[in-house]
Amino acid sequence: MNRSTYIVAAVVVLLFALSWVLHTLAMSGEADGVTRAFMVTMAAFLTLAIYSFLYKDNAFYKLAEHLYVGVSAAYWMCQGFWSTIVGNLIPRLSEGASNFFQQPYQASSWNVAYWIPVILGIMLLMRLTKNYGWMSRWPLALIVGTTAGLNFVRYLRSDFIVQVSSTFVPLLGDKELHPWLGFGAFVSNLDLSATGQLAALATNWVVFLGVICGIVYFFFSKEHTGVFGRASRVGIWILMITFGASFGYTVMGRISLLVGRITFLFRDWLGLIS
Amino acid sequence: MKHKLMIGVLFVLFGMSSLWAQTEPVEADSAVVDSTELYPAPVSHLRATDKPNDHGHAIVVEWETSADDGGGKNNVVLYQVFRSMSFDGPFDSVGTAPAGEGRFEDIGSKDRSSSSFIPDDTDLFYQIDAVTADPAIRTPSDILDPVQSSGQWFNTGRVPVLVAVLIFGLLTGIFVTSAKRGRELYVRPIGGIEAVDDAIGRATEMGRPILYVLGLGTAADVATIASFTILSRVAKRVAEYQTELIVPTYDPIVMSVAQEVVKSSYFDAGRPEDYKEECVFFVTQSQFAYVAAVNGIMLREFPATNVYMGKFYAESLLLAETGSLAGSIQISGTDEIAQIPFFIVACDYTLIGEELYAASAYLGREPKLLGSLKAQDWAKAAVVVLAIVGLVAANFGWLEFPTLFRVID
Repeated sequence: MNRSTYIVAAVVVLLFALSWVLHTLAMSGEADGVTRAFMVTMAAFLTLAIYSFLYKDNAFYKLAEHLYVGVSAAYWMCQGFWSTIVGNLIPRLSEGASNFFQQPYQASSWNVAYWIPVILGIMLLMRLTKNYGWMSRWPLALIVGTTAGLNFVRYLRSDFIVQVSSTFVPLLGDKELHPWLGFGAFVSNLDLSATGQLAALATNWVVFLGVICGIVYFFFSKEHTGVFGRASRVGIWILMITFGASFGYTVMGRISLLVGRITFLFRDWLGLIS
Repeated sequence: MKHKLMIGVLFVLFGMSSLWAQTEPVEADSAVVDSTELYPAPVSHLRATDKPNDHGHAIVVEWETSADDGGGKNNVVLYQVFRSMSFDGPFDSVGTAPAGEGRFEDIGSKDRSSSSFIPDDTDLFYQIDAVTADPAIRTPSDILDPVQSSGQWFNTGRVPVLVAVLIFGLLTGIFVTSAKRGRELYVRPIGGIEAVDDAIGRATEMGRPILYVLGLGTAADVATIASFTILSRVAKRVAEYQTELIVPTYDPIVMSVAQEVVKSSYFDAGRPEDYKEECVFFVTQSQFAYVAAVNGIMLREFPATNVYMGKFYAESLLLAETGSLAGSIQISGTDEIAQIPFFIVACDYTLIGEELYAASAYLGREPKLLGSLKAQDWAKAAVVVLAIVGLVAANFGWLEFPTLFRVID
């Protein structure tokens, strides 16, 4: 670290301290004013430290990153242990262990099946040993195989059967909303509104052709040439238009997150906006 | 004066008697209203049956609505359902159905310790009250004959799923067997995956590591499983070229599997001594803390190539944008539709949705993967055919065909 780094660090620490003092004075009437002032200042400092990454990697970003990773890893580990093992498993297994962890023993929920995850968990931890590391592959295989099998049926239903039936749309108009009375009637009663017959027909045709061409694009057993290739091109165009719409929609959501952070900085920290 | 007084007394007596005569019928009327007119007619044709196609612990109660529901006095606002383990009670309220409704599903818990537990193979008695706006004014039905709940092994509402599973399984079996016998199964080249080998070569030439991100999925997600196959291929090439590999993981189970995969690849490449277990490591299970850590790696280690394969969520753009700023070649693939646009704009190559699964088969060239890929293609062809047939059927009013695809839970 060179001299300028030390100067910048010192300035930041001073600003942090000043902010803490000013917030403490502003919250002097409140019971936990000092703590709350520290939390607000710390949150603002960490927010700015993370944003400093936009300039380049630096010591403040590293500090925030390591703090974030360390705290979250420890938090989730504690959460997993206390909510899953202590909160869910032990009260169903052993009265002595439940008493040890000061959890109410659930005698009526006792089931020998609860020992299976215990055994599998111990087998998983065997990878930490040199001679019995192979045992950890069994629970891994069970997890992957079981869930993949369950997902297979779920996906086959949602991505295959439901997808097929969703394509059964009226191409010439819905019998109740927009009955097809012939081309002449269609033209003479042409309605360009979003709820009109033209929009409904266009939507249904796009759904039908989009599904067919999209599937053609994801066909891997055949070279995409000729008619097949052209259908595939239409498919990828439809996909890209969909992705574009999705991109814009999600970016709007991200902007709202940015607004949230800026609001925190300008209202809760600096007090510039009410 | 006497006459006047007598006439006055007579008037008073007459008036009182007429008042008494008027009051009595009013009292009689109100008594009639309380006992007969305010109380609604009870429900009729009450029946209870075991709920079909379930795991048990549930009863369906049906009835014909009260004559005063939607007609008559029209004062029924709801039906309250009571259940008891004995004909003599006590009856507990298990729920309500709005007026006009003649059906209630009493779905209990299968957990014995739960207050809503309904035992299977045990007599249950039901009674329905037709309730007015004043909850005290209600008419109970007769108590139903006992009914028992039981679980079914087979859900007939899901026959379409079974048929699809059988057909798909059969196709997979046929193609896997065919591939095992040595039949060449063609898979069209996939742009992104062709670039993987070039990217590994680039990293070797530059003397920089390759960063492989498996995403935020669990080890059981299909995208993560496909990613393991691609990681296997990448790790094998990395071992052959003696390049460095960095695999930060979000899930401890994924880390364990990834370590096994990379280790096997180093063995396959004939370089087990080069395998370092710490190249696959756990970071954290907090989404954005994981992003912060991986972004830090990108800017400190300067990987030549970043590969993002698996399940990604909001972190996709943060990762890909940082990788782009760091000047790395980036190859991505995910089946998360909402994240594909971000990868498309920030990465050099992107595998869209099912291309990720196909890539694992394309790279692995294993008969099982190739066979399942072929089966998927046939399934897609079936989707196209069925969609066209169903569309024609729906447009011509042949509604029997679309109902074949109706799945009932």
